[in-house]
Amino acid sequence: MATTVMNPEDGERTASRSIIHRLLEHLPPPASIGPAVALAVTCAFFATQSPRFLDGRNFSLILQQVLEVGVIGIGQTLVILTSGIDLACGLVMAFGSIVMTKFAVNLGLNSYLAIACGLLVCAGFGYLNGALVTFVKLPPFIVTLGTLNIAYALTQIYSKSQTVSGLTNTLLYFGNTFRIGRTDVTYGTVLMLVLYLMTWLVLRDTAVGRHIYAIGNNPEATRLMGIPTQGLLRRVYTLAGLFYGIAGLLLVARTGVGDPQAGQTDNLDSITAVVLGGTSLFGGRGSLLGTLVGALIVGVIRNGLTLMGVSSVYQILITGILVILAVMTDQLSRRNKG
Amino acid sequence: MPVVEAHRTPVMEAHGIVKRYGRVTALDGTDFELLPGEVLAVIGDNGAGKSTLIKILSGAVAPDAGEILLDGRPVHFKSPLDARREGIETVYQDLAVAPAMTIAENLFLGRELHRTNWFSSFFGILDKRRMLEEAKSHLRGLQIGVRSMRQAVETLSGGQRQGVAVARSAAFARHVIIMDEPTAALGVKEGTMVLELIRRIRDRGLPVILISHNMPHVFEVADRIHIERLGKRVAVVNPKAISMSDTVAVMTGAKRRDELPSEVLC
Amino acid sequence: MNKSGIGLVALLLVTGLAVRANEKPIIGLITKTDSNPFFVKMKQGAEQAANKDGATLMSAAGKFDGDNATQVTAIENMETAGAKTILITPSDTKAIVPAIEKARKSGVMVIALDTPTDPRNATDALFATNNFTAGELIGEYAKKAMGDKPVKIATLDLAPGITVGVLRHNGFLQGFGIKEGDPHIVCSQDTRGDQAKGQTAMENCLQKDPDINLVYTINEPAAFGAYQALKAAGKEKNVMVVSIDGGCPGVKAVQEGEIAATSQQYPLKMAAMGVNAGVQFAKDGKKASGYVDTGVNLITDKPESGVPSKSTKFGLAECWGG
Repeated sequence: MATTVMNPEDGERTASRSIIHRLLEHLPPPASIGPAVALAVTCAFFATQSPRFLDGRNFSLILQQVLEVGVIGIGQTLVILTSGIDLACGLVMAFGSIVMTKFAVNLGLNSYLAIACGLLVCAGFGYLNGALVTFVKLPPFIVTLGTLNIAYALTQIYSKSQTVSGLTNTLLYFGNTFRIGRTDVTYGTVLMLVLYLMTWLVLRDTAVGRHIYAIGNNPEATRLMGIPTQGLLRRVYTLAGLFYGIAGLLLVARTGVGDPQAGQTDNLDSITAVVLGGTSLFGGRGSLLGTLVGALIVGVIRNGLTLMGVSSVYQILITGILVILAVMTDQLSRRNKG
Repeated sequence: MPVVEAHRTPVMEAHGIVKRYGRVTALDGTDFELLPGEVLAVIGDNGAGKSTLIKILSGAVAPDAGEILLDGRPVHFKSPLDARREGIETVYQDLAVAPAMTIAENLFLGRELHRTNWFSSFFGILDKRRMLEEAKSHLRGLQIGVRSMRQAVETLSGGQRQGVAVARSAAFARHVIIMDEPTAALGVKEGTMVLELIRRIRDRGLPVILISHNMPHVFEVADRIHIERLGKRVAVVNPKAISMSDTVAVMTGAKRRDELPSEVLC
Repeated sequence: MNKSGIGLVALLLVTGLAVRANEKPIIGLITKTDSNPFFVKMKQGAEQAANKDGATLMSAAGKFDGDNATQVTAIENMETAGAKTILITPSDTKAIVPAIEKARKSGVMVIALDTPTDPRNATDALFATNNFTAGELIGEYAKKAMGDKPVKIATLDLAPGITVGVLRHNGFLQGFGIKEGDPHIVCSQDTRGDQAKGQTAMENCLQKDPDINLVYTINEPAAFGAYQALKAAGKEKNVMVVSIDGGCPGVKAVQEGEIAATSQQYPLKMAAMGVNAGVQFAKDGKKASGYVDTGVNLITDKPESGVPSKSTKFGLAECWGG
């Protein structure tokens, strides 16, 4: 009876608020379909270039090859969603992997306990990052730049820069395989997929998950709405650290050694995966599953180009071009919205 | 137009509020009264103390002296959360919305609804359908038209965004809504719509404290005008009786309260 | 600048007060990093030689491979502190040249260890492994060991353009008797010398051509990664892996049959020669010059005739990073 106070933009043809428009609204926004389409197109391309690409064994290999960046990417995505960044990730992972392997092999500690110690140490680094960001109010870029150096130095000092070998079976467990059809799949692959699924669901369907998005999107508003933002940030960084520790365990199981030189390129590689997956570096937007797709895109390109006999340097070139395209697509799709 | 009866118990009042920042006295024993069912505009020049007063009433800042009463009951706010718990909601000047998130998500930010089965409540699973439905009904109740509750707030016009922020406060407020410069960033048409929104809220029975420096808007929608100057309340005037220029004069100190005819005072 | 800085300041004071006649020559050693066991061994060798020859050793290192700035600062500080000889493994073979030239103009003798500067004569001398020879040795070995068998080769390299990687790769090809682009090379991928990346590269190469039976690796971590991939594919017994470095873990791997042969290089020898040259220079002002090959030995327990090699027993005695 009374007139509507606000109307959707005047001058819109309200007649065409049709079924099609309403359908489109329910689809995920372009920024998150894009990466999946890009992955599909890339796979289709390589399938035409080499008969050895579309092979169960090959896909299982690719998944194993992206384990390290993939699991680190979960932590990195969480941090980036809060509009932070974590440059220390790979080196924290390396430190954790050295702790867990040396404790088990050199100190003879029970393997489960050794693994727990490694995970704890990584989570501790995560907490340190979070504490410096929230209590001392330092920018995450600078904090993690500092902790990456600390983690690297501690790793070299404790390991004397030697790799640790002769690992116990428990440490190697996630490298074991089981069969699906004619393909061998490692337990590590399964763990990675499960972790992605669980974390994605928490981000999408719980209050805490939505708060993580909100902090990245508008931290002041989140605070004004009564959400304890500082505590939440600390928890995000600590959880990210835990994921880096898990990545370390998976890497140890895959390579069979604790390698103090591991993880040095993982910060840029994980950020690449996050960006390719459509998550915004400014925080507050993106999908966790996109990071997995992003990591897979890089892994598929590396694998596909090797099968084609193309030199490694082109993998780097193509990745760089894709990153720019990914960011451009994200920007353009957002400009067309508001 | 509802008639305001001055002798009813104020919904909210404050007496002798003092606030100092170092050597600067922001509030020098100011008083305040909000009557039921009214829109009270609070105006004052820059540095008059009105933003400090509003921060104290919304719990963001604690006064150095003075008391605040809610429905006749003394209250002490240690944080904006305390004020919210007492049913006082604030629509902030910059709206405090997360632009990338949907209308429904913003409405329930920090106050999300959870599914009721035991599994869901253990894991904190959101009841998105219920939040969508309730968001729809809140916005419809205030006659704010948007395409879908699933729209990201950043896709809305300025006026629609303001509507969402207002609807959020109206959904949870039990006693008072404070609105800080709600029309400042809007054009003429959308500004008028927001004023209509304010009237609807008042007509629902929720009193509104309106901070604004837009005199025409103040005169259009307020039932009474509280004029703050130099840390004190210098007058409360009736916009139906007083002229805009006299109001501004009192605000700037060009005219004193005792120079005003008694009909204009509340 | 951390502990080297404090050390240098202390040294400055000491040298200022030193009695002229009995002044010990000051020699500086600047490595790429101080975490790589290769450079740890180098520093050990330098310290031992300095003690023996009666010299004082100052040391510094970059924070990471490619950290030019720290090395430049170290050169300047060491010169100020009175070092008359500086031994350096340059992180950035071009960018370090101006700092080196400046030091040489002030009369400091600068010797490159392990990696030549670009151009090579920017330093007074170079004591290094001939990386090309190191590659050649394993190439020749592989050729003999594979005999008449049809061969499919994978090369696991370093990264585009890095001198060490290019020299070793080309040396291997030369030793094996083939040229770049030879159809026997079925796969070439970069590993950055990292074990996990070596594993990935090997996996992908095997997927491309499961019949690969000879793998050249840039260094032993890459070789370990390759072995891991081969083992997972059940091929470790049929594929020959050759490598370069001669670190203790690598020699052990040769002993255990994971790597068929590795070219061992001698960081300790490089450093000791450098210190000796510095002491000589301080004594009679004669500068070292030219390129001195610090030697490389093929380490294997399955020697092939015509290719000189040494056993793993020898290798373990001389290895670094144990």
